[in-house]
Amino acid sequence: MSAKTLYDKLWETHEVRRNDDGTSLLYIDRQLIHEVTSPQAFEGLRMNQRAPWRTGANVAVPDHNIPTKDREKGIEDPVSKLQIDTLASNTRNLGITNFDMSDPRQGIVHVIGPEQGITLPGMTIVCGDSHTSTHGALGALAFGIGTSEVEHVLATQCLVQAKSKNMLVRVDGKLRRGVSAKDLILAIIGQIGTAGGTGYAIEFGGEAIRDMSMEGRMTVCNMTIEAGARAGLIAVDQITINYVKGRNFAPAGKLWEAAKSYWQTLHSDDAAIYDKVIVFDAAEIKPMVSWGTSPEMVAPVDGIVPLSVDPAKTEQHNNALKYMGLKPGMPIEDITFDKVFIGSCTNSRIEDLREAARIIKGRKVASSISLAMVVPGSGPVKAQAEAEGLDKIFLNAGFEWREPGCSMCLAMNADRLEPGERCASTSNRNFEGRQGQGGRTHLLSPAMAAAAAIEGHITDVTKYYEA
Amino acid sequence: MQKFTSLTGLVAPLDRSNVDTDAIIPKQFLKSIKRSGFGPYLFDEWRYLDHGEPGQDCSNRPLNTDFVLNQDEYKGASVLLTRSNFGCGSSREHAPWALLDYGFQVILAESFADIFYSNCFKNGMLPIVLPADEIGELFQATHNNQGFSLNVDLQTQKITLPSGKEIEFELDEYRKYCLLNGLDEIGQTLSYKEEIQAFEKKHLEKYSWLMHEVH
Ligand code: SF4
Repeated sequence: MSAKTLYDKLWETHEVRRNDDGTSLLYIDRQLIHEVTSPQAFEGLRMNQRAPWRTGANVAVPDHNIPTKDREKGIEDPVSKLQIDTLASNTRNLGITNFDMSDPRQGIVHVIGPEQGITLPGMTIVCGDSHTSTHGALGALAFGIGTSEVEHVLATQCLVQAKSKNMLVRVDGKLRRGVSAKDLILAIIGQIGTAGGTGYAIEFGGEAIRDMSMEGRMTVCNMTIEAGARAGLIAVDQITINYVKGRNFAPAGKLWEAAKSYWQTLHSDDAAIYDKVIVFDAAEIKPMVSWGTSPEMVAPVDGIVPLSVDPAKTEQHNNALKYMGLKPGMPIEDITFDKVFIGSCTNSRIEDLREAARIIKGRKVASSISLAMVVPGSGPVKAQAEAEGLDKIFLNAGFEWREPGCSMCLAMNADRLEPGERCASTSNRNFEGRQGQGGRTHLLSPAMAAAAAIEGHITDVTKYYEA
Repeated sequence: MQKFTSLTGLVAPLDRSNVDTDAIIPKQFLKSIKRSGFGPYLFDEWRYLDHGEPGQDCSNRPLNTDFVLNQDEYKGASVLLTRSNFGCGSSREHAPWALLDYGFQVILAESFADIFYSNCFKNGMLPIVLPADEIGELFQATHNNQGFSLNVDLQTQKITLPSGKEIEFELDEYRKYCLLNGLDEIGQTLSYKEEIQAFEKKHLEKYSWLMHEVH
């Protein structure tokens, strides 16, 4: 048998049939559902009088529209409320588990999946959300889909898909202290571009990835979609298995042993051939900051806001500078902020909050910052952080400590930027208007966001790790 | 899904290129929980002079009388004629939903954006790609003849004009088959029901830990 990549293995074990046109019918083990992209899928199911194929394969949670404070008051925006109520009634009617707003397990869909053991290695996982790539960190094949496809999976437990090509991004060596998974993925996107991964499933490997915690791996896979690839993947190892063990919905006893021995096969074969391999040197990665309106528009913390070097992209480059209110040549460290947002499915896990709190501890948010907020990714993350006293560290420094949800990552609830406001954000997209109409987003790591909150401008957080 | 076999319908000319999905249905309407009901908000920013919000009653909103769909002679049109790269931008499936809800079943264009094109078929609509010169002639015909209608026949892949002229069009066989039979992709997949069941049985036996379900 020929050598296979992890992606090949996951694909083949889920292929129900191959169609004449070369597409495959793939079996889907798990579907995650949220309130924004699912109502029409449930409506379609009803209109066609179809039942879910396997109810227990689905789990739902409201996250996009949900308020992050004063929850006891309910949801003020009637349109958001209707979307969340609709998710509740659709799931109730069909018997699908929904972690509603009052459930301690509620959180961002891509945080709760791995956290609850709903996401397991070796699975195919889909969700009507592009950041489903996150779950690939556990050695699962996970990708985002559209609303018709959500309905398709509900009704058939399958999807018609064309197989992607294989890409390996290998990160050799070790990351320097204070340089995180977020800096690494921003550097990768900065180099390969937002279309660099189009048509590929990207597997991340190499020493720096092997050394990384599950939280870090999830950050990397989360932003694979920003590099144009629908799926990111990381081989299963002992770190993965330790992470999954004992989670609420993870298998136990005999099933655990069976699962574990299978999961240990979930890595690419040594002789596997990739269509493309890109190599990075971890030691060279510096803390990264986005300066523009696309995740590929990034610079190292000691760099400057660049001039366009590619004539084909000059117009886009200059539009971005104009929107962001920045001039080429300006040092990145001179970028100042109005708001700081620590949260989103990229960076709202316990390790992210610990890293930010380590920088914040005993310090204060700069007086020039009008709002600094921490939005934990889930109820359990929030509870864990509180048990460790992290909430106190943030609150004492002048941060707000909120309830879990997507929040200012996409500003569908009340958390948003005003026109012209500049935000240091640990989220994943810096598109025009993403965090509120006219708002300006700079993507960075939790530690970098914490340091920016203290100093009021971008600063190299690695200095906080010295001595 | 509705079958599509043939249609004789009035043609509305939308003489623009690069019509994006945000123009077809602006983002505030994405908070809707329905697949239907988007028709009144189709091309909202072009059609009305005020700012539309989801759920708003459109009957008393100020109309932009210059916009083609607001002109009496195009009331009831079911064929939209447009230029190149129609449906570009965000992948929102709300765009074909809005066009269909308004009453458009066929869209004639020089080219379509990929995702929009495939989303149309998922909703029983027929997007047809025609060469630029044919599109140009059709625009001319709608200007010269009030109430210009045409017939689209899917089986023969032909458009017939009132003059008797016929225009052939290309289409993927699988998509044609699904449309003609009213088979949505789900229906198509369900035709492999036994294969899926057999696969599932083996799969869940082999990976028995997968059956550890969530409650
Ligand atoms: S946190 Fe942001 S990117 Fe993640 S699922 Fe929510 S809105 Fe999408």
